[in-house]
Amino acid sequence: MSDAVVPHRTQDHQAPAGWVRRALDSDIFYSFRRSRLTMVAASITLLFFLLAIFASWLAVQDPFDPAQLQLLNSRIAPLWTADGQSPFLLGTDEQGRDVLSAILYGLRISLAVGIAGVVFAGALGIALGLIAGYFGGVVDTVIMRIADVQLTFPAILIALLVNGVAKSLLGNRLDEISTLGVLVIAIGLSFWVQYARTVRGSVMVEKNKDYVAAAQLIGLPAPKIMFRHVLPNTMGPILVIATINLALAIITEATLSFLGAGMPDTMPSLGTLIRIGNNYLFAGEWWIVAFPGIALAGLILSINLLGDWLRDALNPKLR
Amino acid sequence: MLAFTLRRFLQAIGVMLAVGIIAFAMFRFAGDPVNQIVSIDTSAAERASIRQSLGLDDPVLVQFGRYFINALQFKFGVSYQFRLPVSSLLAERMPATLELAIVATIFAMVAGILMGVYSALRRDTILARLFQAISLIGISLPTFLIGILLIYLFAVTLGWLPSFGRGDVVKLGWWSTGLLTVSGWKAIIMPAITLGLFQMTLIMRLVRAEMLEVLRTDYIRFARARGLTTRAIHFGHALKNTLVPVITVAGLQFGSVIAFSIITETVFQWPGMGLLFVQAVQNVDIPIMAAYLLMVSLIFVTINLVVDILYTVVDPRLRSTVGRAA
Repeated sequence: MSDAVVPHRTQDHQAPAGWVRRALDSDIFYSFRRSRLTMVAASITLLFFLLAIFASWLAVQDPFDPAQLQLLNSRIAPLWTADGQSPFLLGTDEQGRDVLSAILYGLRISLAVGIAGVVFAGALGIALGLIAGYFGGVVDTVIMRIADVQLTFPAILIALLVNGVAKSLLGNRLDEISTLGVLVIAIGLSFWVQYARTVRGSVMVEKNKDYVAAAQLIGLPAPKIMFRHVLPNTMGPILVIATINLALAIITEATLSFLGAGMPDTMPSLGTLIRIGNNYLFAGEWWIVAFPGIALAGLILSINLLGDWLRDALNPKLR
Repeated sequence: MLAFTLRRFLQAIGVMLAVGIIAFAMFRFAGDPVNQIVSIDTSAAERASIRQSLGLDDPVLVQFGRYFINALQFKFGVSYQFRLPVSSLLAERMPATLELAIVATIFAMVAGILMGVYSALRRDTILARLFQAISLIGISLPTFLIGILLIYLFAVTLGWLPSFGRGDVVKLGWWSTGLLTVSGWKAIIMPAITLGLFQMTLIMRLVRAEMLEVLRTDYIRFARARGLTTRAIHFGHALKNTLVPVITVAGLQFGSVIAFSIITETVFQWPGMGLLFVQAVQNVDIPIMAAYLLMVSLIFVTINLVVDILYTVVDPRLRSTVGRAA
């Protein structure tokens, strides 16, 4: 990252001291302020995160609690249509579940699985990439061969297979929480390759630099050199991959749930909600599927736009 | 050249062996095959004898060898849910998937090339901007959402197209085709668009970028200097040179199209291999999952091998690999 370069603009207002000022003065923030689309995308992403975090305060009911659902309220159209009823802003589904509340809770699960999946994939990929790049030789060949082979297969196929095997091994012991864990593992195992390749490439470049030789000379252990000294220098591209992968991970989770291999109906993510809602499309109850779909599309689109911007902003060649 | 081909071939066999081990491990260890075959009240002695007859007491290596030899003859065991040989289930479903994948690829190539050429030649028109927007949507929206949207528009609201199935099929030997009937063509439109949209955006972006690059080269300038018509320059010279990478990408992507048809087939209840696979994952039908993995891997590895070898034949400069990251 080259955000510590000489500030090429002077700011009129008195900026606060310390890192805040450095951040406001940085090239990254400058390019952020210049792109209106990015600012909109960032606001929408932030809004989605806030909605997910405060879901239990914002929702008019707990959609997981059967005691709060009343069949009397089932299949109510959105509020602005002729059949709308307060407080169900976006209508209700078959079980009398408020669509908006379900979306808020589903958003939380989608984001949680997506973030955990990206973190797991990142940890796995970074560790393997560091090992491959730092040690080279046979270790490198083995790890990168596996990566090559896996890259030929679409992530969704790998995720589905991991899911099916886990279901087969765990059988009936699979409750909501462990399903969530399986999804995270499935996503992590499908997306680690890109991190590993990037980190390995950077490490191969970094490890020939003087500071690594110096660290080796003073006798630091290999893991310490790898994680404390080499890794920080490879973080820029990793951040970009992580952002774009977050969108991909959310899509993968939603797809798995839509295919019926993800989150169960009792703890729905956005994908599950879309699968459930899809069954009522022909009955004319479009809102059960439309709003979770719009939420998912908006979330993915804004994260993708953020990722695109970050990729350009962190790439000095494009300035 | 020969050494390169041979090395690639050995690598491909290595990959297939690795996938075979994974498929075997799934088949053998993920879920007890005996439990899936017998009913609950089968006695322990009967279970043991079934175990014996299935050869599950043999050393693991022997079992792997047997699985491997069977797989070479396309014997993948018996499906837990259907109680039918997996190979016949797959063979029955394969024409549907292949037809869908081929129609989707053709759609993606035709539409992608047309849109790409247009947005390269008329860069700042409204239509070109619209194409860019469509390509952003094609990359960002999950496949199943696009499918649902199409169903809502053209099946539920307008009622023009059927929302599920293949329409009427005609049997040509063991191959069942929906491409000979009107209802079959009507049924394939929406699934093919849904499946091909991602490929289409990919091809469109590629054609646009390649065209812009080629139009800047000297030989195009020379062609202009010779006084050739714009049409001849654009389509005879520029487009022709963009087609090599386009065909390569489309070829490499064909494997992904087959794998991604899992989603499209589920949305449209298209009776292909992908739908079979999803049902197998839902119902933990391990033999189908393992066999599907092997089949798709075989298709992937074959395509990659052929493309790799063709690369070196067509253009030695093109040895870097082009592919989709995820």
